[in-house]
Amino acid sequence: MAAPAAGPPPVLRIVAECGRSRARAGELRLPHGTVPCPVFMPVGTRGTAKGLTAAQLAALGCRICLGNTFHLGTRPGPELVRRSGGLHGFMDWPHNLLTDSGGFQMVSLLELSEVSEEGVLFQPPHGGDPVLLSPERAMEIQNALGADIVMQLDDVVSSTTTGPRLEEAMLRSVRWLDRCVAAHARPQQQRLFAIVQGGTEPELRLRCLRAMTQRAVSGFAIGGLSGGEAKARFWRAVKLCTEHLPRDKPRYLMGVGYATDLVVCVALGCDMFDCVFPTRTARFGSALVPWGSLQLKNQKFAKDFRPIDADCGCPTCQRHSRAYLHALLRCNTAALHLLTLHNVAYQMKLMGSIRDSILRQRFPEFVREFMAAMYGGRGGPPAWAREALESVGITLG
Amino acid sequence: MATAGGARPPAPGDDGRRGAARVARVPRLLRVPVRRRGARMRLKLLGAGRLGSLAGLGRGGAGALALPGCLLYTRAGAAPHLTHDTLREVRGVPGVAHVALPALAEIHDVLEEYKEGAAKFMGMPDAVLYCSLHDPVTPCPSGYNTNKMVSLWGSSGRMEITASKFMDIQRAIQPDWFQCISDGDTISGEAGRKRAQKSVDRSLSFLDICLQLQEESPELQGSVMFGAIEGGDILEERLRSARETAKRPVGGFLLDGFQGSAMAKETKLKLIASVTAELPEDKPRIIHGVGKPDEVLECIERGVDIFESFFPFQVTERGCALVFSYDCHPAPEATVLPQNGIQDLEKNGAQEDQEEVSKADPEMTPFEISLKDKKYHDDFGPLLEGCSCYCCQRHTRAYVHHLLVTNELLAGVLLMMHNFQHYFGFFSAVRDALRDSKLDQLKELIFRQALQGPASTALRH
Repeated sequence: MAAPAAGPPPVLRIVAECGRSRARAGELRLPHGTVPCPVFMPVGTRGTAKGLTAAQLAALGCRICLGNTFHLGTRPGPELVRRSGGLHGFMDWPHNLLTDSGGFQMVSLLELSEVSEEGVLFQPPHGGDPVLLSPERAMEIQNALGADIVMQLDDVVSSTTTGPRLEEAMLRSVRWLDRCVAAHARPQQQRLFAIVQGGTEPELRLRCLRAMTQRAVSGFAIGGLSGGEAKARFWRAVKLCTEHLPRDKPRYLMGVGYATDLVVCVALGCDMFDCVFPTRTARFGSALVPWGSLQLKNQKFAKDFRPIDADCGCPTCQRHSRAYLHALLRCNTAALHLLTLHNVAYQMKLMGSIRDSILRQRFPEFVREFMAAMYGGRGGPPAWAREALESVGITLG
Repeated sequence: MATAGGARPPAPGDDGRRGAARVARVPRLLRVPVRRRGARMRLKLLGAGRLGSLAGLGRGGAGALALPGCLLYTRAGAAPHLTHDTLREVRGVPGVAHVALPALAEIHDVLEEYKEGAAKFMGMPDAVLYCSLHDPVTPCPSGYNTNKMVSLWGSSGRMEITASKFMDIQRAIQPDWFQCISDGDTISGEAGRKRAQKSVDRSLSFLDICLQLQEESPELQGSVMFGAIEGGDILEERLRSARETAKRPVGGFLLDGFQGSAMAKETKLKLIASVTAELPEDKPRIIHGVGKPDEVLECIERGVDIFESFFPFQVTERGCALVFSYDCHPAPEATVLPQNGIQDLEKNGAQEDQEEVSKADPEMTPFEISLKDKKYHDDFGPLLEGCSCYCCQRHTRAYVHHLLVTNELLAGVLLMMHNFQHYFGFFSAVRDALRDSKLDQLKELIFRQALQGPASTALRH
């Protein structure tokens, strides 16, 4: 592999590191502004952060969110988005964007796709001719969408896959990374990240890490996890990755968004996260709180005149009660938006607290407080979380 | 019926079309305090038709509503699709919010326990709240009222409400204005004279019971009761309802039973004019079920002051955007109108698009465009050229089309913001036209667009 040419400036600037665990706090320097990290990125699959306007999302403190190449590439298509001023112009989003390559859709839309060395042949769910998503095409679409961070096309298999298919997918992902690097037409404006595969097989992960860290990319994602795999295998795979990924480049753990998982994986050394969970669960009437979640459609909230969380400063908690949200859920989509606002605010606040505690050298204390609030009344944190934290020097009471 | 000086109201039977032009040129101030214990509502008329304002509204007496005007349509206290901060981006939001009783009746026990009134419960403690009996958008099947009770239709189905229960619920709601429980089940088109008569008898009976109960309710001393004028499509019944209701100490009047399409237009207009002629000038007149701009103008000319704003909501729900022009200030000889809405409406009617249009929602009116239409997929213009709303300032038709096609919730948010702002702007334009004696031009502009054929929207040269 040729030595990397002078690429764009480094993305990550580390400001503080936890003295015990692998947690880091820093900044991502991106074309549309600086993003404090560790960071959670809300998902706006089709060019919209669900029911929230771009202004509302920005007002919550979000400075980077996700769009999806597969969905946008199908409808409305990259050419139309390009003519709208890229995804930024299309959504009227002044901050940063990250586009996933569409690889995950291979897993989620498996019946409709067929993988070969060439790429992934998709049968679009809404009719039309089969579409070939090759590494080159994935880069072409992402170049047109214009996100600040673009992802390689990877050969994704379900996280519970074992055997030859897992190895094949990992090796192909390395080859596809090279094709993406070669096809990337806008390296100065858009930062390309690799996606480490290998499932939960340590040997495969390691081979993937060794190969990919030789490539000239701006950051590394840890992919192929957060499916149905056992948590005990999950955290070990994450830790193996952070052990072997370069310190000075961001580590993006894909598909992780549950509060406990975020805290643990920051301890393991991850910087960036995305997940549909907070926004999706809002649309089912569920509000996230430091001690779990409130299912607001439940009758027990009908006369609960408290806000979702008295300590949450979000617009929803400032103005509305659980009882009102319970009633509004029956007849007005505004309720969904109010909950989405709250859940995104919750995630932003959580990441802000995590980052703050790392800066102040009190991350282990924060973790203990977090776990006590979340699991205090319920018999303590899950075993996997305990083990994972202990493995990086954080012991829980 | 008291009038403190000024112009004579049109005689019964007069279709009221001699509107603003015939009223005395000199604007006169008609300040007649409404004698209601606890209510400081004042209606001020400025002389051009019923151009004016309502002031002294709400708990603190600081609320106001320009007339003629509309209410802010809400569903359970929130504008549809909009949170407080997105609503704040909409310009011209009216000073009175409209909530329908059924959603609140379903949580009566909650409101009773809450004790501090529905406005505060719904997160709008400073709002002026009008509570109507029914939701304008929810169909009310016929045949479910009796002499003693009225049926309401909510998300959990049908509720039977007596006058007494009605007042119980209002005591928990503590609205600023509310429609008295009434029997308006005359709109199905099958109601005859007898049914019309019953609607009047029952509604008056309910009214008297409720007025008595209001006297006895400390929680409702600051609330203004609006008497509902019923009578179906029978002129005599309408007149009887108007006269009898006007004898009671209500704070305003509600023209009910004009919803739907069963009543012939000529009948409807004549009845509205006849009814308002019987009503005191110093009390506001709300009409339910009228929303289209042409119909709004017809009602304003016939003495109606206040309208609902369910119409922009319905437009939103069918994925459409209001684009009708209400800017009548350029000279009629102008070859280009400032808003390109007219060109779009022309395209709506154009030959080659007939197929697309016929596939469109049958409820669609000539005042809107359907963003789901394929032709917008690469239209990078705003929903409406010249519109200053949040959506038009930042987004394109192509984007909204994409959101609709991919079933994204944001479509409803953006369309609602645009449609509300446009509709509120229309009412503002009506008031301007009244003030500047240009109502005829505005009427001509609106009625021309209502007809929707290419010939009728042709620009005059």
